[in-house]
Amino acid sequence: MQDQPAAHDLVIAVREFIEQVAMPKLEGHAAFHARVAANALAIVERELAIAPAEDVNEAARLTGLLGHDGSLRELNEALCSKIHDGNISLETPGLADHLWKTTLTKLAIDQPRYAAYRRATAETAGNGAAS
Amino acid sequence: MSAAAKIDPREALADGLAAALARVWPDGAAVEGVKRLSGGASQETWAFDATVGGATHPLILRRTPGGGEAAKRDTAVPLATEAALISLAEKQDVPVPPVKLVLERTDGIGEGFIMGRVEGETIARKILRDDEFANARPVLARQCGEILARIHRVPRSDLPEIQTSPAQSEIEKYRAIYDGMNHPHPVFELAFRYLQDHLPTEEDMTLVHGDFRNGNLMIGAEGVRAVLDWELAHIGDPMEDMGWICVNSWRFGEIDKPVGGFGTREDMFAGYEAAGGRRVDPARVKFWEVLGTLKWGIMCMIMVSSFSSGADRSVERAAIGRRSSETEIDLLNLLSPRNA
Repeated sequence: MQDQPAAHDLVIAVREFIEQVAMPKLEGHAAFHARVAANALAIVERELAIAPAEDVNEAARLTGLLGHDGSLRELNEALCSKIHDGNISLETPGLADHLWKTTLTKLAIDQPRYAAYRRATAETAGNGAAS
Repeated sequence: MSAAAKIDPREALADGLAAALARVWPDGAAVEGVKRLSGGASQETWAFDATVGGATHPLILRRTPGGGEAAKRDTAVPLATEAALISLAEKQDVPVPPVKLVLERTDGIGEGFIMGRVEGETIARKILRDDEFANARPVLARQCGEILARIHRVPRSDLPEIQTSPAQSEIEKYRAIYDGMNHPHPVFELAFRYLQDHLPTEEDMTLVHGDFRNGNLMIGAEGVRAVLDWELAHIGDPMEDMGWICVNSWRFGEIDKPVGGFGTREDMFAGYEAAGGRRVDPARVKFWEVLGTLKWGIMCMIMVSSFSSGADRSVERAAIGRRSSETEIDLLNLLSPRNA
């Protein structure tokens, strides 16, 4: 077990330093790259918070679809070759659901402001409220 | 004294431009205000004014980087070919910046050409949001259709030597790049499968602009003023141009307006057919939208590999890799929409 602060909190501290201390002192290209760096750290923050649980869920869905165990990478490679060979398709129960869930998780980490992601998650929330 | 020996490269360039322009205006043109607009690995763009007998002509130079020899380029056409294509398009009433001249070796300022400078806006966020373009936005999709119909009717027999890129070879090219990245993307795999299953026939190939989208269209308050950047032009499926401008990345957040974030497919298709274009096949347009989206996703992966290999260690380069998930959701919306 590692000591505190947790990795997640250290990353937040560095991002806040860039945004609040360093960026106001920078201009032009350096300021732009500092903004990009802060955004990259925000991706790391979200990944540290979201990925551990979602990786387990993704592996469970893949095991269900493929019928065997493996590392997350092995399972994804196996799914790719089955899609490639036509052995799994959108007609296969669970594939569309799995791909949507996996992709929405990626976007929750990478680009939660992407318009298509916001639309998709709003639809999910709306459907949930209606049903 | 040779032009290259001068200390200010802009002064040397201005002298070279003035000498070349004597072929257009034998009485002499005064070149002023030489300013670099952009530069990349394949070409540079400069703005300048030529004053002839009291009249000022706003012009653009597109030339090889640093005025050197043209590098061997993978898909981009040589600048002289680009100039020839622009002139052929102009004959079909495509709005383009008129080409004034093609540089010759003896001009000493590189390979390239000089064309008119059309005023307007190319930045999508302004075109899609600023009041100045409020009257243009509703007509842009139809205009794009009309313009594409004219581009696609440039006679094949008039074309300079350019690549033929049918769908199958495009798929194979991106498949090889994707395989080389060695990182599994089940959604990309699904897209490849879809593309193989919906491969269009190779009959009826035409001149294709190849990069017809926001950023390469000069827009004014009344609509499209000029189609720019012909360097990816090739012979291919005419539906390709209509699929590419619908790729979600070019909508800049206006996701309900599939054509460039400003209009509907129906308006673009109607404009295309009304201007004498062939019958639009929406399924084939969708094929190219899927391929265009997948291409952008794979290009994000290429960025990661240039970061990982050490070729470009910038944070910007690294972070763009995390944008391939944007193209995954776009592909899922195309291939497996949730509200279907």
